[in-house]
Amino acid sequence: MSMFRRRGRVCVARFEPDEVKVLRKVVTEVIALLSDGFDRTDPVVDRLFPDAYAGPDGPVATGPNIAEAAADFRRYTEGDLKSAKIDQAGAVLAALPSTGGGEVRLDREAAEAWLRALTDARLALAIRLGISDETDLQEELDDAVLQDPTSQRVFQLSVYWYLGYLQESLVEAISR
Amino acid sequence: MAAPQTVPVETPDVEEAPAPDRPWLTVVHNDPVNLMSYVTWVFQKLFGYSRERAEQLMLDVHHKGRAVVSSGARERMEHDASRLHAHGLWATIEQP
Repeated sequence: MSMFRRRGRVCVARFEPDEVKVLRKVVTEVIALLSDGFDRTDPVVDRLFPDAYAGPDGPVATGPNIAEAAADFRRYTEGDLKSAKIDQAGAVLAALPSTGGGEVRLDREAAEAWLRALTDARLALAIRLGISDETDLQEELDDAVLQDPTSQRVFQLSVYWYLGYLQESLVEAISR
Repeated sequence: MAAPQTVPVETPDVEEAPAPDRPWLTVVHNDPVNLMSYVTWVFQKLFGYSRERAEQLMLDVHHKGRAVVSSGARERMEHDASRLHAHGLWATIEQP
């Protein structure tokens, strides 16, 4: 499995063809979610575009002003946030080898875009998989393999685990 | 000249009216997805915090469920929240 390493001013990783395929797939899915498929009632969209005026315990205050402030915030930030997320997903696609596997070299700006894009992809997968604070990923994966090793859930859990591993290596590489 | 006032008017309840100059806070909430190393990196990058301070804030989010990461004028806090959202962190703003 590939990981990023720091080489001079760039972060470098060498990917197998299957890894490139997986990365392209998850990032393309995020782009689809943000463009034609944009649906405010989708819990993934809700997580990627959180209400700035309501936390886990509900609205931070009550009254019409808060509802209005939340709506204003959404109106003024949603477009830019959506473009930024599509751009960072695009940065991943742009850096991947066009066919097969190969080396990926990221300058600082590209590495930062990758970190944000990997986050979006992991958040989206986590919502679909029902990941919570109590989730033990290894246990979850073992259970899923026992049930059906060829299931979509086994694939998605493995991808989720892989993206976390890759992101961890990139944070480490960029922080050096 | 105003006529002598005969009808009592309601005076605004000063206690309850929020002081406009009271600072707003940007709060980051815990989530089961974001890596501890990544959250620390985001705090350093967005707010210029030292590694120690960023790590402490990350640990507060992790253990207490939330941490105040910046404070100031409301517009600036909205800006901070939106930058945190761009990085996939769950941020809200509030005026305590």
